[in-house]
Amino acid sequence: MPRTRTPVPTHTPTRRARLLPALLVPAALVLAGCGADDGASGSDGGGGGSEVTLTVLAAASLTDVFEEAGAAYEEERPGTTVRFSFAGSQELVAQLNGGAPADVLVTADTDTMASAAELTGEPETIARNELTIVTPPDNPAGVEELADLGEPGLRLVLAAPEVPAGRYGQEVLRERGVEAEPVSLESSVRAVLGKVRLGEADAGLVYATDAAVAGDDVRTVPIPEEWNVLAAYPAAALNEAEHPDEAADFVSWLNGETARGLLADAGFLAP
Amino acid sequence: MSPGARRRRPPLALALPALLAVAFLAVPLLGVLVDAPWGDLGARLTEPAVTEALRLSLLVSGWALLLSLLLGVPLAWLLARTDFPGRTLVRCLVILPMVLPPTVAGVALAQGFGRRGLLGEQLERFGWTLSFSTAGAVVAATFVAMPFLVISLEGALGGIEPHFEEAAATMGAGPLRTLWLVTLPMLRPALAAGAALCWARALGEFGATITFAGNLPGTTQTLPLKVYLLLQDDPAGATAVSLLLLVVAAGVLITLRGRWVGVLQPGR
Repeated sequence: MPRTRTPVPTHTPTRRARLLPALLVPAALVLAGCGADDGASGSDGGGGGSEVTLTVLAAASLTDVFEEAGAAYEEERPGTTVRFSFAGSQELVAQLNGGAPADVLVTADTDTMASAAELTGEPETIARNELTIVTPPDNPAGVEELADLGEPGLRLVLAAPEVPAGRYGQEVLRERGVEAEPVSLESSVRAVLGKVRLGEADAGLVYATDAAVAGDDVRTVPIPEEWNVLAAYPAAALNEAEHPDEAADFVSWLNGETARGLLADAGFLAP
Repeated sequence: MSPGARRRRPPLALALPALLAVAFLAVPLLGVLVDAPWGDLGARLTEPAVTEALRLSLLVSGWALLLSLLLGVPLAWLLARTDFPGRTLVRCLVILPMVLPPTVAGVALAQGFGRRGLLGEQLERFGWTLSFSTAGAVVAATFVAMPFLVISLEGALGGIEPHFEEAAATMGAGPLRTLWLVTLPMLRPALAAGAALCWARALGEFGATITFAGNLPGTTQTLPLKVYLLLQDDPAGATAVSLLLLVVAAGVLITLRGRWVGVLQPGR
């Protein structure tokens, strides 16, 4: 074994001294990135007199379609910027209870919206969704129908009962009389999708729209209507909204033609 | 501390931002203390779901510490005492998990050790499936915690004059015997400090675990994951468990400061 004890004590400090700045560079880049972002959103509506940034808290399953809807809304309402924060519905309400400032809340079930009733105006249902089974494309566990989710040894991943998708999932399994033993209860429906996409799970229960987003990365096994649920997505302006008028406008816009079209394209059902 | 160091009063331009920094760090922790459900704290912390998560947390962090010691001590010694090609690269590799976002670490672990990962098939052939298992939680915790042990040990090794080891070698002790009889005893304070930091980091591990190992009560749902899910429907319960983790972390630090960190400081 080479036992070179070259000038270790004098060597290390200089190395360390060089290491620290090296570690700080990424941090600086990150900060610079944030700064640039803020600047862009600030200068966006510089032309008009009123420049509004709407903050919308939305359920994780709306991620992709809302990014598009936000862009469409900004185009129709110059001077308005829409900023989204996506998470599990319960988590969004927890953030609101913790004092997070926002203008609009969109959840993936009416129960969660009702639990925030004190904070919101009258909710409007903007879309509906249903659950589907997803498996990796090669379907390693041979899942062909809902009843197969009860197979022992199947690596089934569900959303946690704390989020709507998890409650819907339990409901569907109960309807079908399946005793499932999930290997993980994920914190959001998108995390379930991620585990299936990575191939870590043999099967998962997600919204039909999530399966559509994943495209060929997953194989979809539809759940017959008789056992499926029809999840409602209510949207509401928040009482503490910084821009109450624009918030109300955004909620009714979500029920308008443009948004309906985008939601339908993404696989959502009409409310 | 020598009395001379205290003589000067700190200039206001430094004292103000420093105070602000202290307040910035202290306020959130105070918030937990104020908000904690003191009345039924005992009942909340002895709830079966919480004790189950606590038991699992102790199990996972204990294993992570053991693995870190078994693998990390030799690595720290090699980094400090030998000059092999690519040493700088290895050191970067060791530090990387400390600066990576833990969720990224989780994704990386899945790509490396997951079922479809680089080594997944080989591991599965041995009947080891890490994702969604307690072993996976241990792997995640070890991945993010071991660097703390390696880096603090390597630093301490660099500070130990090698002539004690040389003396042992001239008296005929082999490298392993020297490590065991001479180096490790001298390293004891650093070893304890590094181990405590490593363990505390493993105990607090969240992102890599939920990303790689998933979240199932009794199997992979450690205390930090429990806090995260409690926050969604029982904020008071989340605060109670947070307090528990806070007390444990503070306990580790207080023990460290009093007993070990002081010994390490040069010039004492």
